[in-house]
Amino acid sequence: MSFPLLTLTAAVPAAGAILTAAVPAARRTAAKWVALLFSLATLALAVLVAVRFEPGGARYQLTESHAWIKDFGVRYELGVDGIGVALIALTALLIPFVIAAGWHDADPLETASKRWRPTQGFFALILAVEAMVVISFEATDVFLFYIFFEAMLIPMYFLIGGFGDRAHGGSDENAAAQRSYAAVKFLLYNLAGGLIMLAAVIGLYVVTGTFSLTEIADARAAGKMDMATNTERLLFLGFFFAFAVKAPLWPLHTWLPGAMGEATAPVAVLITAVVDKVGTFAMLRFCLGLFPEASKWATPVILVLALISIVYGALLAVGQRDIKRLIAYASISHFGFIIMGIFAMTSQGQSGATLYMVNHGLSTAALMLVAGFLISRRGSRLIADFGGVQKVAPVLAGTFLIGGLATLSLPGLAPFVSEFLVLVGTFSRYPVIGIIATFGIVLAALYTLVLYQRTMTGPVKEEVRSMPDLRLRELLVVTPLIVLLIGLGVYPKPLTEIVNPAVEHTMSDVKQQDPAPEVEAAK
Amino acid sequence: MENLIALLVAAPLLGAAVLLCGGRRLDKTGHWLGTLLAAVSFGIGAVLFVDMLGRPADDRTMDQFLYSWIPVEGFQADVAFQLDQLSMTFVLLITGVGTLIHVYSIGYMEHDERRRRFFGYLNLFLAAMLLLVLADNYLLLYVGWEGVGLASYLLIGFWQHKPSAATAAKKAFLVNRVGDMGLSIAIMLMFTTFGTFAFGPVLGSVGRTSEGTLTAIGLMLLLAACGKSAQVPLQSWLGDAMEGPTPVSALIHAATMVTAGVYLIVRSGAIFNASPDAQLVVAIVGAVTLLFGAIVGCAKDDIKKALAGSTMSQIGYMVLAAGLGPIGYAFAIMHLVTHGFFKAGLFLGAGSVMHGMNDEVDMRKYGGLRKYMPVTFVTFGLGYLAIIGFPGLSGFWSKDKIIEAAFAKGGTEGWILGGVALLGAAITAYYMTRVMLLTFFGEKRWQPAPDPDTAPSVEPGIEVHPGDMPHPHESPRSMTIPMIVLAFGSVFAGGLFSLNESFVTWLEPVTSFEHGHPPIGAAAVTGATMVALVLGVALAYAQYGRRPVPVVAPRGSLLTRAARRDLFQDDFNHVVLVRGGEHLTRSLVYVDHSLVDGAVGGTAAAVGGLSGRLRKLQNGYARSYAVSMFGGAAVLVAATLLMRGV
Repeated sequence: MSFPLLTLTAAVPAAGAILTAAVPAARRTAAKWVALLFSLATLALAVLVAVRFEPGGARYQLTESHAWIKDFGVRYELGVDGIGVALIALTALLIPFVIAAGWHDADPLETASKRWRPTQGFFALILAVEAMVVISFEATDVFLFYIFFEAMLIPMYFLIGGFGDRAHGGSDENAAAQRSYAAVKFLLYNLAGGLIMLAAVIGLYVVTGTFSLTEIADARAAGKMDMATNTERLLFLGFFFAFAVKAPLWPLHTWLPGAMGEATAPVAVLITAVVDKVGTFAMLRFCLGLFPEASKWATPVILVLALISIVYGALLAVGQRDIKRLIAYASISHFGFIIMGIFAMTSQGQSGATLYMVNHGLSTAALMLVAGFLISRRGSRLIADFGGVQKVAPVLAGTFLIGGLATLSLPGLAPFVSEFLVLVGTFSRYPVIGIIATFGIVLAALYTLVLYQRTMTGPVKEEVRSMPDLRLRELLVVTPLIVLLIGLGVYPKPLTEIVNPAVEHTMSDVKQQDPAPEVEAAK
Repeated sequence: MENLIALLVAAPLLGAAVLLCGGRRLDKTGHWLGTLLAAVSFGIGAVLFVDMLGRPADDRTMDQFLYSWIPVEGFQADVAFQLDQLSMTFVLLITGVGTLIHVYSIGYMEHDERRRRFFGYLNLFLAAMLLLVLADNYLLLYVGWEGVGLASYLLIGFWQHKPSAATAAKKAFLVNRVGDMGLSIAIMLMFTTFGTFAFGPVLGSVGRTSEGTLTAIGLMLLLAACGKSAQVPLQSWLGDAMEGPTPVSALIHAATMVTAGVYLIVRSGAIFNASPDAQLVVAIVGAVTLLFGAIVGCAKDDIKKALAGSTMSQIGYMVLAAGLGPIGYAFAIMHLVTHGFFKAGLFLGAGSVMHGMNDEVDMRKYGGLRKYMPVTFVTFGLGYLAIIGFPGLSGFWSKDKIIEAAFAKGGTEGWILGGVALLGAAITAYYMTRVMLLTFFGEKRWQPAPDPDTAPSVEPGIEVHPGDMPHPHESPRSMTIPMIVLAFGSVFAGGLFSLNESFVTWLEPVTSFEHGHPPIGAAAVTGATMVALVLGVALAYAQYGRRPVPVVAPRGSLLTRAARRDLFQDDFNHVVLVRGGEHLTRSLVYVDHSLVDGAVGGTAAAVGGLSGRLRKLQNGYARSYAVSMFGGAAVLVAATLLMRGV
């Protein structure tokens, strides 16, 4: 038996969560360091996974398989393809930044009782989420995936509801009520999705007699397993609904702005850059892999919903007054792009969508974390409470601008590569949808630059006059993200090399070929 | 030799990186470093140029492949450069004029505490523009294209604490993004049509596809060009862009940015040649803009905005020429180069005047400056003579050829386009003479310095005390030397290019060339142009040379008032796009909050029959509801697991 690298990549953060939680109440700094070290160890393992993974090799690699619930055929089955590797790397990369950025977010207030130990809880929950997200990217057993897909709601719920942004307008009680509302809404939406998915998971077992993704996909590709058209469609919808809630896709998006607005900035990053990616990832792996025919059947509707997400999310971002809610709506627009890329069913669209997941994680993390630094300095999330910040804190303003430029997909930065691939991949099959989606690039410039203008330029507001520039810890968080955004924008090849073979497999799952160019070009 | 091409871009890019990340310790030397690296890029360009001249005319294209940029199935985007005669012309213009503007800025920005950053942005501007003209495919061109947009955003909004500057910067970027949409769609169309977007294969296979497709690609490219080159209907950002420091205006108007659209059209000439419809639209857009800009230029009292109108109009000439096909491409580029000299000179001269006049920009408050600023007067004057097309000077050679070519298009179109170009020449002579008379001649109409807080156009780079009378003085040598160099270009470049048709011959392998034959004969066109010029100058002299000029602008005719407001185009944008957009987003925020959210919640409630409980979301029941739901799921899972052998 080979070395269980994938299990370890999930087990290390899980162990870290337990250890962090066990640190005594008085030693909260120690708890932070424990969490950070474990997240770094996870990152090292994720790098190892990426190194050991051979792009030209088998579809699923580093596989592990053990019987788990024998009677029911549930197996503990892990394996990664290129898409999984990329997303595990993203997750493992972002968590240390999330922890470092949230270093003081869970320090107990002066008034808190001595036995109350929020710091330990906060960091333990983050690591718990990481462990579950990682295993979701690894699971090739549908049931195993489902369990962690659902279970990660619990730590997320407590992170949103228990550790709110301290920058809020009203009274503490009011803020607590709003936070609790946002957390419950998050939970209800995702539970509802999960319940429907559960029915579909069970249905899938009834129809196929197994939970193994590889087994089902192989059998279907070989034509040995036929599903009645209607059965396949129903099962597809059950899965898709859960993923569309999580991703989120219009009109199931309304939980996201509240959750991201009320949570602390690092938790908001955790939601949109990490947890939500499980939704889009699962669309690629499970919807397309298990139900290729139904996926094609549903494509027109999904593309239209994705298109609505793109334009609608961007327009709503323009209309926001709260910085974090603005970024949340921008994310909804970006998730529209990802889903559009997946369902365009072209190589460029799917490669683009996968890169988009990674790049969106990096760009949103950069923008949101700097926004968090900004918000904590002023104690307000309202755009109108800022003005002229670049004069007093030029480095903060500069990094905020770069995060913003990444969000609007400026060429030269990583998100451009993925956004253009998605657009071109969609356009080659659905020209009208591709053209409408390009309006998104104008709107993205609008909400980003308006945000920058209102907060950073103009005369210096009295309340921001004494605002300090980025501190060393904050700079250490932001700089690597910016370096990556530029690096992957200029040279995305390391990522595309890993992703391309997986995309080819998915394309053959759905039996689709790229539309050929109209004419053969001269050389 | 090819390996030097990447260095052209790398030098200013390195400068931008070092200056922007280097921090305060570079404050003392940063401007020298930035200028040096711009000059290095020019030096490399010159070496490559000499090498290119040494080769036979049909073997002058150099390629440099760096690496495969986005390797994805069926999609090939490389970071690769192509240096041919067209790119070479741009490289020399960008780095040459760019370096001069760097030198000028050393003096102009001396008192600005953020000078280091300013030079970083200038370097970034050059690097992006060089990438744009050196790319060997449309996607890499796109990177330079938006890089130029970013650099202009940073420079127009350089004095960010001024709300007007921040707004102008944002507007420039947004309007350009609308154009960028066109470029995106054009590239996507190329990809689906040809499976590639590299120049060679795309332009080499236009004959294999339908004219309709090519027209679509052409029109999308034109949309992109309209954004960058400030052509109607995407011209509205250019006037506001004057919020940036004056050297930025010189850079945007002469060497970079607005010339990019012309480059794009000429570079894609094969596509437009194969689509007469798209080509005609290009010519029409150019003709409309050349009148639009000229009319706006007549009414502005702000010296920079008058020059901005003139840029719009001159770029209109270039786009018009580019819309004429092979009879016009070479002249479009020739006018672009000569315009680069005289427009950079005029802007730098305007900056010099402002420098000496407490940063006053209102020409009605100038007057009689020729005695106080002789170098500025002479260099500005030569630029003026060049732009109106005074015989023998640069503008004469290039503009006259465009007017000839417009007539030579033939048919009614030819008469209309030629007539418009001729009319434009008269208006150009009028408004430039007006600028000249108001600034350097007549009575002194100087006013005490305005209060910087209330005067929106004051450049904060220089310390001005409210109430000071201006003491006009000649600018320091770092500023006058670039002006003198540019004046030489304004005088001699056109003649030099026209000797033995050397410029046309040089470009012909890339752009191809046909002699145009105007129906009334070339001499008659030149004669008519001269008459137009004299009429324009005479009218301006009658209005502004022979009568005293009021310090406060008279109300003016309806046309004057409209032109002052940029022919209401901005107002239209404001009412339709800005207001309309605000209403749309506001109502959408409402819809999202009450309708979408409510509908989804309501559906869920209806399905579950749980509406009563849902309503209690906020009073504590919710949590127990969630817990029971979660518990329910868990029980369901457990139950399923226990049911063996389903």
